[in-house]
Amino acid sequence: MRYLPHTRDDIETMLKVTGHSSLDDLFAGIPDHLKTKQGIDIPESLSEWELNTHMEALASLNIACKTYKCFIGAGSYDHYIPAIIPYLISRSEFMTAYTPYQPEVSQGTLQGIYEFQTMITELLGMDIATASHYDCGTALAEACLIALRKSSTDNKIAVSSLVHPSHRQIIQTYIRPAGFEMVEIPYTKEGLTDIAALEQMKGIAGIAVQSPNFFGNIEDLKAFKTITEAKNILFIVSFTEALAYGLLKNPGSLGADLVAGEGQSLGLAKSFGGPGLGLLAGTHKQMRSLPGRLIGKTKDANGADGFVLTLATREQHIRREKASSNICSNNGLNAMTAAMYLATAGKTGIREIALQNHDKAEYLKKSLMSSGFLPAFHTPFFNEFVMKVPENFEKKRKTLIDDHCVFAGLNLEPFYPELKQHYLFCATETISKDDIDNLAKEVRS
Amino acid sequence: MIQQPGTSGLIFNEPLLWEKSRMGRCAMSLPKPDVDRNALDADLTGDAPNLPELSELDVVRHYTRLSQWNFGVDSGMYPLGSCTMKYNPKTNEVQAARQGFSGAHPLSGDEFSQGALKLMYNLEQFLAKITGFHAVTLQPAAGAHGELCGMLMIHAWHARNGRQRSKIIIPDTAHGTNPASASLCGYESVNIKSGPNGILEPETVAAAMDEDTAGIMVTNPNTLGLFETHIKEIADIVHSKGGLVYGDGANMNAIMGIVKPGEIGIDVLHLNLHKTFSTPHGGGGPGSGPVAVGKTLEPFLPVPRVVKDLNTYKFITDCPDTIGRIHTFYGHFGIMVRAYSYILSMGAQGLTDVSKLAVLNANYIKESLKGTLNLPYDRPCMHECVFNDEFQKQYHITTMDMAKRLLDYGFHPPTVYFPLVVEGAFMVEPTETESKENIDQFIHAVKSIAQEAKDNPEQLKKAPRLTKVTRLDEVLAARKPCLRG
Amino acid sequence: MKEMKDLNFPDDVKYTKDHEWAKKSGEIITIGINDYAQDQLGEIVFVELPEIGDSFSRGDEFGSVESVKAVSEIYIPVSGEVVEINQSLEDAPELVNQSCYTDGWLIRVKPTQASELDSLMDKAAYLDMLKG
Repeated sequence: MRYLPHTRDDIETMLKVTGHSSLDDLFAGIPDHLKTKQGIDIPESLSEWELNTHMEALASLNIACKTYKCFIGAGSYDHYIPAIIPYLISRSEFMTAYTPYQPEVSQGTLQGIYEFQTMITELLGMDIATASHYDCGTALAEACLIALRKSSTDNKIAVSSLVHPSHRQIIQTYIRPAGFEMVEIPYTKEGLTDIAALEQMKGIAGIAVQSPNFFGNIEDLKAFKTITEAKNILFIVSFTEALAYGLLKNPGSLGADLVAGEGQSLGLAKSFGGPGLGLLAGTHKQMRSLPGRLIGKTKDANGADGFVLTLATREQHIRREKASSNICSNNGLNAMTAAMYLATAGKTGIREIALQNHDKAEYLKKSLMSSGFLPAFHTPFFNEFVMKVPENFEKKRKTLIDDHCVFAGLNLEPFYPELKQHYLFCATETISKDDIDNLAKEVRS
Repeated sequence: MIQQPGTSGLIFNEPLLWEKSRMGRCAMSLPKPDVDRNALDADLTGDAPNLPELSELDVVRHYTRLSQWNFGVDSGMYPLGSCTMKYNPKTNEVQAARQGFSGAHPLSGDEFSQGALKLMYNLEQFLAKITGFHAVTLQPAAGAHGELCGMLMIHAWHARNGRQRSKIIIPDTAHGTNPASASLCGYESVNIKSGPNGILEPETVAAAMDEDTAGIMVTNPNTLGLFETHIKEIADIVHSKGGLVYGDGANMNAIMGIVKPGEIGIDVLHLNLHKTFSTPHGGGGPGSGPVAVGKTLEPFLPVPRVVKDLNTYKFITDCPDTIGRIHTFYGHFGIMVRAYSYILSMGAQGLTDVSKLAVLNANYIKESLKGTLNLPYDRPCMHECVFNDEFQKQYHITTMDMAKRLLDYGFHPPTVYFPLVVEGAFMVEPTETESKENIDQFIHAVKSIAQEAKDNPEQLKKAPRLTKVTRLDEVLAARKPCLRG
Repeated sequence: MKEMKDLNFPDDVKYTKDHEWAKKSGEIITIGINDYAQDQLGEIVFVELPEIGDSFSRGDEFGSVESVKAVSEIYIPVSGEVVEINQSLEDAPELVNQSCYTDGWLIRVKPTQASELDSLMDKAAYLDMLKG
């Protein structure tokens, strides 16, 4: 096997040094009754040729050919990835390093993540961003735990029903065992979180609102801030489409105490939903409650600038059962990818891409309306929106996938049973006017 | 004369991104607008985020230079104990990058995602066969996430049985994340000590185990690199009091094909695909931490679960006892593709050879260095061995000094000051992919450093000298946190 | 770390088994960590203190002291209400290392039972305890 370098001579020489008669003898200390009686029942090894054939066959069972068109977002977005990004991120010094525990030989990762933290705070208008989390859902669950632990009296977190359905499920999984409860804030007929309903809620330690929300609509975050200030509780904002903040007012400027987001849009492949990139940011006040790694700037023994993992006393390996979280490995390489993407796009690039996302989505909405679709809401959105579809749409949608590899929207009924015949559509900068015109033609009733 | 890999070379300085920024540059090719601009209400929009403005070559040079300040497995031997820094095969990257995998949208629908579902189903089966368990979830995004998932299942199982418990037993040789994972489930940690030969004694567990204790978290082989030979008796004790046994499988690389944790009393086990199954660690993830369970805990696995129905595959969520969802979609699919490729490349015999050679390499280092460094537990080890700086104390040289000096010799240092049960620990895990020549070089480097500790201790105190920066002031970083530029 | 003989233990304060010190002046008791504790922790990077007005019972955890790689909880030697905290530690936690009995004090407490102070160790008793 090409990954195992030992020759027969090597093994013999080494066994002499260790004082064992054979490789099996190395395991003599394990009592026989604990050893397995059967080998491992998996297929024989494949050569690289066989592996390529096998894997391409599997990959082609997914309808995700190069020419496919994806009008689905809902937490995973089809954005263009510039050629330099996969090229640079595949440098093995980034990819094959461990967590930067030895800073003298990890300055590449450390400076890169420090730059990432900085650009994320810039994007979100926050004071501090962590070195990353697994995904938005887990980052949001951790943010909810921060709010819940801060309160000595209240054990409920109010979460908008327009937070991504999976994220609400993750919050439930994370908070329930510790005796906390999640209450959902209903949504209005404008497709926005119902502030009036929230005002009536009692015993809540914090609120979480997604903007743009799951329907794509832009929430009035300032109005929520007024309520959290009055109640003296934490205001958590989440998002699944990071590029929205190339255009929209950032959550920091609207009063968020904590922001949890998904960074997949920043140069990462959809990859069937993972690995993505969990973003978590907070105000200065939250610095010591934030879970996960942080990189800080310092000096070396010669007075030169350098970077280290810092504030580690919050973390599991030191504070153990009192740690703010058990997270250790995060999604570091994807944070580095996102940093590369943000540096590549720059200030002008990110604004132009964000504008184009919005323009395409508006054009798609208008085109679908002319094909007999009805808008579910008349609320400003970024690159996703909800439409009521004609009767025969589901059948046409399937034909479009089978014949043209076009995914026309996401059925919302499984997530919101009251929304029968409602689909969530998304358009990004990768969708051309022709793609939209073709879709509108195909689905015309 | 053994020539060591460490040497000095030309290293470039590189400023922070925004220090290179010049207004008006952009490194991205922007698509030409083909639809009308449709402005959002000005109330909703803000200023463009103040990101650096660079040309494409600026970005390429920036990250190329940064990368050259890093040490990876591809640069040299990385014997970081407990982390299994083995070679990351390049074909795995090719497989994960296939358009059908990397381009797949997670909400395409089961019917149009059969390749991904089939791969996940097969990988679950492979991992179950390797560990001797009944079922597997691939959803956890990292080892600690898998640990949390496993503990949530134990918590849910006790709740289902009608009586929740308040404590969990954690030995001093377990991984550092264990207490934090347990406390997320509301369990109080009861710490117990390993015996004089570095392994758990059944009597100690029996004394701590009662009917208010949810179970025990065991790392086997433990963090001293020793196999817990009493694991079956310990599991029996815990089970007899109505508890469950959590197995931390981070050290699975030592026992593939030799021991199946599912056959020796463990109820739930997490694996680290980025350790045992060769996926790259990426300077801190993304990893993947699948969890394997026996029949008892299967109903509690997170949803969605992937099932096979004749020859098609689908996700199911209708599992009344499930702990719920722990990832937005299905976990780190891209990492699963890499691990799946690795398992197929190795086959059953290959994986068994991996463990045998990993254990051979560690024992070879242990025997070769035990006169040079103190070995607190001189017993046959598994895939890693733990020394300390007892012999060097007379020269006022610490584990940290030796670790930093190793950098000058061209090696990544071992894990230091962990496990806590050994003071000044120096924990070496060579992995099976290092050849005898590389290991001999490493042994020679450690011996040279031990000699320097006697002859020229100052040289060690000043190490490393050949790296981009020298030792960094962590006190300054923590006293005056500067977390953004 | 310092040798035992180099550690400073003033005669005019009382000591606890967890290495805090307490000193009464007027109605108020000032509390800090002693030279042994600060020396064991090494360079202190952060001190977490309670808020003014918080009340504690003797033995309660009232804050923590952090070095780069360790956190140490601190326990209150006498029951009472916090009337003052050492604000300068926020920017200069190193004061605890430099002068733990003077500028590096932690909190001032108005005791509910001043007699609790009498049950703490004097220097001789504390040194006996340290030597085991």
